[in-house]
Amino acid sequence: MEQHPADAPEHCPGTQSETAGKVSACAGCPNQSICASGAARAPDPGVGLVRNRLSSVRHKILVLSGKGGVGKSTFTALLTRALAALDIDRNVGVLDIDVCGPSQPRVMGVAGEQVHMSGSGWSPVYVDENIAVMSIGFLLKGPEEAVIWRGPKKNQMIRQFLSDVDWGELEYLIIDTPPGTSDEHLSAATYLQGADLDGAIIITTPQEVALLDVRKEIDFCKKMKIPILGIVENMTAFVCPKCHTPSNIFPPNTGGAAKMAEEKSLRLLGRLPLDPRVARSCDEGVNALTEFPDSPVVAAMHSIVKDLQAILRPAINTGGSESMDTS
Amino acid sequence: MPMLTGVKHIILVLSGKGGVGKSTVSTQLALAMKEAGFKVGLLDVDLCGPSVPYLLQLEGKDVHQCAEGWVPVYADAEQRLAVMSIGFLLKDRDDSVVWRGPKKNAIIKQFLSDVYWQDIDFLIIDTPPGTSDEHITVMENLKDLPCDGALLVTTSQAVSVEDCMKELSFCKKANIPVLGVLENLSGFVCPVCSECTNIFSSGGGLSLANLTNVPFLGSLPIDPSLGACGEKGQSCITVNPSSPAAKVFQELVQKIVEKSKETVKVADSL
Repeated sequence: MEQHPADAPEHCPGTQSETAGKVSACAGCPNQSICASGAARAPDPGVGLVRNRLSSVRHKILVLSGKGGVGKSTFTALLTRALAALDIDRNVGVLDIDVCGPSQPRVMGVAGEQVHMSGSGWSPVYVDENIAVMSIGFLLKGPEEAVIWRGPKKNQMIRQFLSDVDWGELEYLIIDTPPGTSDEHLSAATYLQGADLDGAIIITTPQEVALLDVRKEIDFCKKMKIPILGIVENMTAFVCPKCHTPSNIFPPNTGGAAKMAEEKSLRLLGRLPLDPRVARSCDEGVNALTEFPDSPVVAAMHSIVKDLQAILRPAINTGGSESMDTS
Repeated sequence: MPMLTGVKHIILVLSGKGGVGKSTVSTQLALAMKEAGFKVGLLDVDLCGPSVPYLLQLEGKDVHQCAEGWVPVYADAEQRLAVMSIGFLLKDRDDSVVWRGPKKNAIIKQFLSDVYWQDIDFLIIDTPPGTSDEHITVMENLKDLPCDGALLVTTSQAVSVEDCMKELSFCKKANIPVLGVLENLSGFVCPVCSECTNIFSSGGGLSLANLTNVPFLGSLPIDPSLGACGEKGQSCITVNPSSPAAKVFQELVQKIVEKSKETVKVADSL
C-alpha cells in the first residue's frame, strides 16, 4: 500500500495522512472516497508479512549513504564475507534493494545466476556455503536491461524481497541500498522497523561533496528513527603501489568523516584506504579478504567487524544462541 | 504553461551509477560553455543529493520570485551562468528531502516550467543516478523540446559500465539521442613518482562506447585539482589550460556546439 498512489494528483497529502481524501488536491482523484473513508490508513499488511519472514534472521543491518559511488556495495560485500568467515555454521544474507543499479551480483561473483521460485518463496543465490544473495539483477535478462520504474513499482519489489525470500536461518542480513532518501529507503525503513532492525551503517568518502549528502542521510535516519550503528569512511587515502606515498585523492577538506562523526555524536567504525586491488576484486567478484590478506583494507575490516559485534552483542546474548562454540 | 521558453538547446548529463562525477562534469561543462561565450543554464534535478550549489560555491543563495517565475541563482556577475537546484530551497544544508515519487515529479515539473531562464543558449540538466522517477519525468517533459542529447558519465569499473548500459537502454527507449560517453576517474598520477595507477581500472568507457556504438568523448584522469577548481567556481580551462581535463572539456564544448548546429538545421527544415 503506497503513501502516494501512482496516479495521485500532484499535491496528494498521502494516503496515510489525516487529511487524506479531504484536501482540495483530492478533488477529482479516483481514490478520494477510499482515502476519505480512512480505509487506506489501516496498517500495511506487508509489515506483518515481513516481520514473519524475517523472524528467523537474528540481525538486520542497513547499509546507507546519501551519495552514490562511495562504496556501499563494496562495503556490504566485504562485511558479509568477513561475518561469514567468523563461523561457517552461521549464515549471512545480502539483500540488494538498489532496483535501478544492482551491483551485488557482480561484486559477489554471481552475475548471470538465476533465482527460482518455490512453494516457500524465492530461493536466494548461494555464493559460499553460508552466504546467500538476493538482487533484482538475478531477475533481468542481461546487464543492459534497464529497470525503468517509478516509485510504487520499486516499493512493491522491495516488499517482495523482504517478505518472499526464503532465507532460512540467518545470523545476519545485510541490506545494500541505492543512494538517496526516497522511495526505496522509506519502504525498507517502514517494513524493517516492524521487524527488529538493528540499525544502519553509513558509508561516506572523505570529501565535502559526499559528506554533504551523507549528512542528509543521517537526518533521514533521525526522521525515521533508525538507529545509526556507526560511520565508515571509504577511500580514505591512496598509497602509490610504486613509491608508497599516500595521496588524498578525495581530500577531507572539511575534516572528513571523523569530524562529521564528532559533530553528530556518532561512532566512526573505521576507515578503509583506497586499494586498487580491492576495487578490482569487486569487478571480478572475488573475495578480497582471502585474495589480498596483506591489504590494509582487510585489517580495517577486521577491526570494524570486531566493533560491530561488540555493538550487537547484547542482542546476541538475549537471543540465547544455543550454537555457541564451546570447543 | 510552455516549458523552458527561451532555452535553445538542452543537454542531459546521465549515469546509471552514483559518484562517477555527473555533477563535476555538469558544472565544469557549464563553466566551459560560459567561457566559450554562451549563456548557460544549469538545472540540478537530483533532489535527494543536490551537489551543484556546493560545487559552484553558491550554498546559502536564495531563489527569488518574479512575475515570470523563479529567478535562478547566477554564478557570475555578468549573469551568463544561471543555476537552479533544490539546494537553494532548503533551510539547512543538512536537511534531507524524504519524498516519494509524485512529490519529486511535481517539483521537477516546476523546475522545468516555472524557472525564468531568460534567453539561454544551453541548458545542462544534472540528474541523480538511476532510471526512475526523476528521469522518467524529465524525459516525458522534454519530448517536444530541443533536446540535443545525453552525455553519459562512467568510471572504468565493470560495476559502473554495467549501470551505464542500463542508462543507454533507457535513452533508447525514451528516444533521447546520445552525445557520447565520457570516462571519469581514469588513472591517478602519483605526485611524487609520476606512476599512473588505474585505481578504478581502465578502458571501460572506451569499450562501452565501442560495444554500444556511441561516440567516446574522452577520459578524465583522477585529478584532485579538478574538484578544487570547481569548488572555486572556476573552469579547469581557465585555471590550468594545459591539463588533460581542460583538453577534454575544450573538445567536448566544440562537439556540442557542432552538434547543436545540426539540431537547429533539422528544426529549421521541419
